[in-house]
Amino acid sequence: MIDITSAPLTGPQGPKPRKSFSRRNIFLYGTLITIALFYALPLYVMFITSLKGMPEIRLGNVFSPPLEVTFQPWVKAWSEACTGLTCNGLSTGFWNSVQITIPSVVLSIIIASVNGYALSNWKFKGADAFFTILIFGAFIPYQVMLYPIVIMLREVGLYGSLGGLVLVHTVFGMPILTLLFRNYFTSLPEELFKAARVDGARFWAIYAKVMVPMSLPIFTVAVILQVTGIWNDFLFGVVYTSPDNYPMTVSLNNIVNSTQGVKEYNVNMAATILTGLVPLSIYFVSGRLFVRGIAAGAVKG
Amino acid sequence: MSSTRPNQLFRNKSAKIAAIPMIVTALLVFVGGTIWTVVYSFTNSGLLPRLQWVGLDQYERLWATRKWLVSIENLAIYGLCMLVLVFVIGFILAALIDQKIRFEDTIRTVILYPYALSFVVTGLVWQWMLNPEFGVQKVVRGWGWESFTFDPLYSADIAIYGVLIAGIWQGSGLVMVLMLAGLRGIDQDVWKASRVDGIPTWKAYIFVIIPMMRPVFVTTLVIVVTGIVKIYDLIVAQTGGGPGISTEVPAKYVYDMMFQANNLGQGFAASTMMLVTVALIVIPWAILEFGGSKHRD
Repeated sequence: MIDITSAPLTGPQGPKPRKSFSRRNIFLYGTLITIALFYALPLYVMFITSLKGMPEIRLGNVFSPPLEVTFQPWVKAWSEACTGLTCNGLSTGFWNSVQITIPSVVLSIIIASVNGYALSNWKFKGADAFFTILIFGAFIPYQVMLYPIVIMLREVGLYGSLGGLVLVHTVFGMPILTLLFRNYFTSLPEELFKAARVDGARFWAIYAKVMVPMSLPIFTVAVILQVTGIWNDFLFGVVYTSPDNYPMTVSLNNIVNSTQGVKEYNVNMAATILTGLVPLSIYFVSGRLFVRGIAAGAVKG
Repeated sequence: MSSTRPNQLFRNKSAKIAAIPMIVTALLVFVGGTIWTVVYSFTNSGLLPRLQWVGLDQYERLWATRKWLVSIENLAIYGLCMLVLVFVIGFILAALIDQKIRFEDTIRTVILYPYALSFVVTGLVWQWMLNPEFGVQKVVRGWGWESFTFDPLYSADIAIYGVLIAGIWQGSGLVMVLMLAGLRGIDQDVWKASRVDGIPTWKAYIFVIIPMMRPVFVTTLVIVVTGIVKIYDLIVAQTGGGPGISTEVPAKYVYDMMFQANNLGQGFAASTMMLVTVALIVIPWAILEFGGSKHRD
């Protein structure tokens, strides 16, 4: 607590407050609010469209709120919407995405954090060379490696399965995650590491008992980064899985862009929101950590 | 002697074991995969890869294919517009938000949320917004402007700009955040000095602040450009490459050739061209950033 009573009361201090309705402020906030509205508009339109019935959509305009709220489109999008011949809605895709995302996130973070730890505290000869290749590899367009990976996965019998896709996500998550963890572990005071070594702790013990407990923020950042990245992936999903195993983004695209039948825009929008819901909730809940995740990979290259 | 000095290979064993996934990824997937694709781009692989050399045939065919030329043109238009607009919008937004405004978090959250959404979701939302029968066009006509026309996704000449709107909506928040981080990293004394010298704010931004933010600009540039080259899902979701072939892009060309047209050789050649494009941007950047000073960590 600040001790208020001891401060001498000599009247107001600090710079004179600006008038809140100066021309500058009206311009500033006016511009920012207009822009913010433009960014928010699609989310709003998505949402209200998904709550309207088709007759109302045909009559009204996209910006007007629903006269009659219906949740039917959401139900249909989740469990009945058709992709070609099958009509199971998005639920299958959702569970596939869950089954893809969880192991991919866990596996990629474990591997990358151990690797980053080895690179920062246990450097061996040639380690930096491999790391440089890894980082430059992150810039190679995925298209270049698409087919060789098809062959590799076919060789080990994982092509078309969820396991194969998990492996692919782990591989492509490595550059950014390793960088993230290496930079973080390097920034920790070296004395901690040395003290643990003096106490006789070995590689894995120091990792599990000293490094991990001290790195919870960076692990959170990594989880956010990976969950949103993997959930939003489309290309790997469509290339490395079979139709039964398609992740949510792929089934969403197949539902909305399917050429058969009458277009049901309300169902399409409900499906679109459902797919965006996971990353959106992570984003709104995590806030600053999300920003830190994207800035971490970028600002310190 | 040999019993007192253990084998070099087994020193620091755990660290080496921990690095095996990285080594496999770097060498087998990144280097191996890339070399494999480049090598096979000189073959006439069709449904399956096979080593039957045809020299530069695939490349000649590629550059004689209209769909590829349209793809390249689209990528150039989209890329250039995207780059300029995303930087201008991102920087202006960052500068506005940096004015010690109230509700900074709220405004930043609203502008950045599209970045959390996938390209598929982005593409589908904007497909709906730009639908001439129901979307923006209809609303404006409903206001009384009967002849108003805004249907970028339905006219081949401007369809790529419809995609551009979606791309900017999704990506400018990222640039804003990076720029804001850059602006916050600038010493307040710089501002004080420029104020003492009586330099107008806009001049201070252009001649003092932006040059100081060079590293942030460069990294942002690399991130944005590599993102642009990869653009694929947005197109698939929003336009499917249409109308006709008017919004085709290289990444989609590669996918279509490899997995739909059973023409692997073309796919390999096209993806090699993509690799060359990225290399032309990344290598000079790497030399500039890391080449001069070896001592930086």
